Amino acid sequence: MQRFYLSSIVKKLIMSISGLFLIIFLLVHLGANLTTLISQEAYNEVCHFMDTNVLIRIMVPVLALGFIIHIFMACMLTLQNMKARGSDRYAITGKSNISWAGKNMFVLGIIVLGFLALHLMHFWSKMQLQSFMGVEAVTDPYTLVADLFRNPLYSGIYIVWIWALWFHLTHGFWSALQSLGLNNNTWIPRLEVIGKIYAWIVCLAFTIIPLFFLLGLDK
Amino acid sequence: MEKRGLNLTLKIWRQENAKTKGAFVTYPIQNISPDCSFLEMLDQLNEQLVDKIERPICFDHDCREGICGMCSLYINGRPHGNDTGITTCQLHMRRFKDGETIWIEPWRSKAFPIIKDLVVDRSAFDKVIQAGGYTSVNTGGAPDGNAIPIKKENADLAMDAAACIGCGACVAACKNGAAMLFVSAKVSQFALLPQGRVEAKERVSNMVREMDQLGFGNCTNTKACEAECPKEIKISNIARMNREYLISALQK
Repeated sequence: MQRFYLSSIVKKLIMSISGLFLIIFLLVHLGANLTTLISQEAYNEVCHFMDTNVLIRIMVPVLALGFIIHIFMACMLTLQNMKARGSDRYAITGKSNISWAGKNMFVLGIIVLGFLALHLMHFWSKMQLQSFMGVEAVTDPYTLVADLFRNPLYSGIYIVWIWALWFHLTHGFWSALQSLGLNNNTWIPRLEVIGKIYAWIVCLAFTIIPLFFLLGLDK
Repeated sequence: MEKRGLNLTLKIWRQENAKTKGAFVTYPIQNISPDCSFLEMLDQLNEQLVDKIERPICFDHDCREGICGMCSLYINGRPHGNDTGITTCQLHMRRFKDGETIWIEPWRSKAFPIIKDLVVDRSAFDKVIQAGGYTSVNTGGAPDGNAIPIKKENADLAMDAAACIGCGACVAACKNGAAMLFVSAKVSQFALLPQGRVEAKERVSNMVREMDQLGFGNCTNTKACEAECPKEIKISNIARMNREYLISALQK
């Protein structure tokens, strides 16, 4: 009987699956957010659904777990990688022709996480969390969102966050499939393009929402 | 037409052994022919050092034609210098400008301790090979070369993977000190062919386990290895190894 150990490939598999799960979640979240562009009633209706639906209630802890696993694994892998690199650093680096995002996934992840905390504090804690705790949630989440996005500082931070996420996604998508082993010489470039398209669509759409309120297009 | 020799400033890493601290030492060198190779330039420097009764610079080299994988050197921020698909011995001095400062460093990775100056101990690669980079099935007398039909595509992919010379540039280039490109090339060259298929499952799990235990890092798919590999081994080999490993783990 071999002693159980978590191989580097299995650790990356965990990174990959949790990452792909978060990639799918982003689409669901985006779908809900885009209803703000339709009408106040539509968005409030979606929020009410998200607060009360049983499936969503089951999925929220799973989602939180997805985040925790992804972040925990990233820290563990990064620490191991720093150790493997050794204490002596190269005098000159960064001359290889490789993508910036790929080299800086951990830093990008920290940036995304930092803004995520802010985001949870400003929105989630006042909306879904309240109803999960049995307290009456904000009756008009649309106004809460609209008011925050009319603040140029908040909208600015939000947009910076989304574009840090863009970099994270451009590397993350194809990299996740590479770690799963679903790749070959033909599909590596294709998946990179698909990942870029996904990142562009998601990040542009997420950027339109604060701009919509900031520019007063909702009135 | 007469070719002008190059006058260069070399910043070379000098270190007594793995336990002592190393440092850069500056060596000016004059009148280097643009036609000579990087290693020949270092030979000339060493001859000058010997003439002055100084200790020559230790660096690895052997075949000097890009097939043995012995030469290393991290030159101006890139393994095997600023060119693609070549080893250091194939790097020519015409790639440098007169008056240029050249930084010469050893491979830096926990799994490759420095032996002396620019020489590192790459026996970790040998240990990975010993863990499974071979076939042990009995094949009897020499069979007819074409007795087992092999798809052309697979034969080509296996040959591309087998082009790996085990120089360690992938580990040196990787910010994580990962050996995935090397190990995946060695796994692939067998996994793609029927003779290697027989032991494919045990091979991949043993080689990955050995790789992890030797202290190599985890792959984050930066592609630095592929960009610097002198034999231009593709990261699709890494995907193949991931696939092979995960399937073998599920079938255990």
